[in-house]
This record gives sequence, structure tokens and C-alpha cells, in this order.
Amino acid sequence: MSNIVDARGLSCPQPVLMTLDEIKKQNQGEFEVLVDTDTSKENVSRAAETQGWRVKNIQAEGQGYRIVIGKE
Amino acid sequence: MAQLRNIFATKWGIIGVGAFIGVFAALLQKWGNPGNMGICVACFERDIAGAVGLHRAGVVQYMRPEIIGFVLGSLIAAYSFKEFRPRVGSAPIVRFVLGAFAMIGALVFLGCPWRALLRLAGGDGNAILGLAGLAFGIWIGTLFLKGGYNLGRTEKTYTSVGWMLPLIMAGFLVFRLLFPPVEGEAKSGILFYSLKGPGALYAPLAVSLIIGLAIGFMAQRSRFCTMGALRDLILFRQTHLFLGLLTLVVFAFLTNLLVGQFHPGFATQPVAHTMHIWNFGGMVLAGLAFALAGGCPGRQLFLAGEGDGDAAVFVLGMIVGAGFAHNFGLASSPKGVGPYGIAAVVIGLLACLFIGFTMRKKRA
Repeated sequence: MSNIVDARGLSCPQPVLMTLDEIKKQNQGEFEVLVDTDTSKENVSRAAETQGWRVKNIQAEGQGYRIVIGKE
Repeated sequence: MAQLRNIFATKWGIIGVGAFIGVFAALLQKWGNPGNMGICVACFERDIAGAVGLHRAGVVQYMRPEIIGFVLGSLIAAYSFKEFRPRVGSAPIVRFVLGAFAMIGALVFLGCPWRALLRLAGGDGNAILGLAGLAFGIWIGTLFLKGGYNLGRTEKTYTSVGWMLPLIMAGFLVFRLLFPPVEGEAKSGILFYSLKGPGALYAPLAVSLIIGLAIGFMAQRSRFCTMGALRDLILFRQTHLFLGLLTLVVFAFLTNLLVGQFHPGFATQPVAHTMHIWNFGGMVLAGLAFALAGGCPGRQLFLAGEGDGDAAVFVLGMIVGAGFAHNFGLASSPKGVGPYGIAAVVIGLLACLFIGFTMRKKRA
């Protein structure tokens, strides 16, 4: 069961800050980020990739997106 | 692979948008807008405040179509790409206060971040102090962000909530069409106009509106933000938005060179003063307020266009702040800072620090 970072309703840069926090905590593995705007989806994806993590999947969910980020 | 279908959100997308704004802002000056003020979100919202009589500074009264275009262009983009998301409820009153003080700080410097860049691109050395202040203010903001500063979550709301600011802007456009400027008259119907000063300098309505709509559309797609550019650079060492900011300056500079609008120096620059400390200080306040509110004045307009009701409140805060700035003698003029401008900057900084220190959640 992967961790979930719930950044819905938060505006930038909060979703990115929360994602980077989780990346620091995990070092490797996989987790999900929930966001509710396209801007946050792009920002979170971009931030994860600059940290050497991979965006494995993005699913539309409700009003937003569920982003799966991982690093082996 | 990152699923970034949105080409405007790519590196070349943001560079293209920065270039477009740079070129057309410089050209708007050639076509009639004030010097180094092809587009200035703070100045133009201040002119709108004057046009509807929230302040009565005779030289800065004009219903600026660019601002209307920004919001409506963003609305069109948001609907075209299914990104219109009505949302509200992240401490709106705080955003109003931040908007008002951001405007006051910007009017002490005499420009928003966009104009600071355009002033630099036009050779105005005072802009360097303003941009340094902006960066410093944003840096203070990043310290609060690292410390858990957060205005809370928004809630999804009625579609019509997201329509409020776009409708207000549409109403302003109707006013501008019903009551066009009359040669030699300071008033037309309910709208005030300037007979001299920057408020009397404007490009033709259609030109301003179309460029405003185009920028609004592209900026919504690309998330162009001058505050975010510096914030992301400081906070994450991320250069994405910064590339857009840089391109704006370079292209505005090149356009200015081509059309003979580049005049390097500090003294006698258009709509500018040379009080270095307050050029710096005004923008520290503005930068901090933008950082705490999560966007530069332009970005707040684009967010409001895509349904963000809190950004809309920030915009209204800026317009009301402009009223205070001119009614209370806080705004600067080419002669220097206003009689109460310095006091207002100090009070504004204290208000921002109060907001920054007291509104934080421990991050997990």
C-alpha cells in the first residue's frame, strides 16, 4: 500500500512542497499525489522528474488527478 | 513519460509566451501606452480604479482593456481546455488585504513585476532596485513557505462563483464601449478619463483588447508568473518559469532597440523616480505580498479567469488598494514617494509578517 499525499485544494507551491517532502522521506519506492488542478498536476510531475523520480501514471479522478510517482 | 499534453506548459511554451508578452508590451508603448508601461498590471488596475472614481488622481484614470482581456482570455482558455474549476475559500479576506498592500508597495515603486521588467528592458536603471526588492520580498516569502505558511484549502463551488470576476470585467468592457473617451473631456457618462499624464496615453481599444485576450489565453495555458519564477528559483532551484521571465526582458529589450524606445539611465525615466531605497522597499512589500498570496498580479488575473474566486478577491483588493494609495498620498510620482508612502510600506510589511507568522500549519 503506497502512501498518499493529498494536495487537493492547495495552491502552488504547496503541492510541490508536499511532494518534495515525501520524496525526501522515502528516498525510493512509490507514492500517490492527489491534486485538483492541471497546474498542480504539471508542477508536481515536473518537480518529481527533476528529483530523478518517474511519473508512472496519471489518472483523472473526480475533479482532479491521482499521480503515481516512483523510483526504483 | 510525463503526460504533458499542454505544449504551452513545456520549456519552449513558456519561452514563447515570455517572448510574446515582451514584444507586444513594447509595441503597445509604440501604439500609445505610456513609457515602459506597455503592460503593467498594477498601474492598469490603478487606472481602472481611477476610471470608476475609487480615487480621483486626475492623471491616472482609464478603463484599461488589457486587464479585461487578461481575465476573459484566461476564461476562454480554461473553458477550451476543460480547466475551468470554480473554487474558493482559502482565506479570502487575507487575500484581499495582501492584494491591497501589494498594490500599495507596487505604487511606491511605480510598477508591478511586469513593469519592472519592461522598465529594465527600456533602460530604466531604477528598475534594478525594484527587481532586487521584489526578489528580496519573495525570498522572505519562501522562508514562511518553508516554515509551513499556508492559507488553507479551497472548496469546489458553484460555476457562477468562478464567473464573478469575468462578469465584472465584461461589465467594465460594456462601460468602456458605452462611454468612450471624448476629446478634451475628463468624464464620459460614468467613466473618468485623464486629459494628461499616463492615464491619457493608451493604444486603440481594439488593439489593447485583442493583445490582452491573447496574453490571457496563453498565460493561462503556460501558468506564466513572475513571482513564481523567482520563488521556484529560490525555493526549488527550478528554472522553468524563470525562463519565461528572462525571455520577456530580452524580447522587450530587442523590440525597444528596434523601435527606438531604449534610453539607458536613471534620471528622467518615464513614470519613475530615483529614490533607490523606496524603489527597493516598495517592491519588498509587493514581492512578499505576492509570495504569500501565491502569484504575481498577472497570475492572479489568469487564476481568476479559470475560476479561482480567491484570486479574484486578491484582484479586487489590488483595485481598492489603488484607491487608498492615491486618496491617502501613498503612491509615488516622478517627483518621488508620496507624503505617507514610507509609513504605508512599513505598515504593509508588518501586516505581511503578521500574516506569515500566524497562518501556518506544521508540515508532516
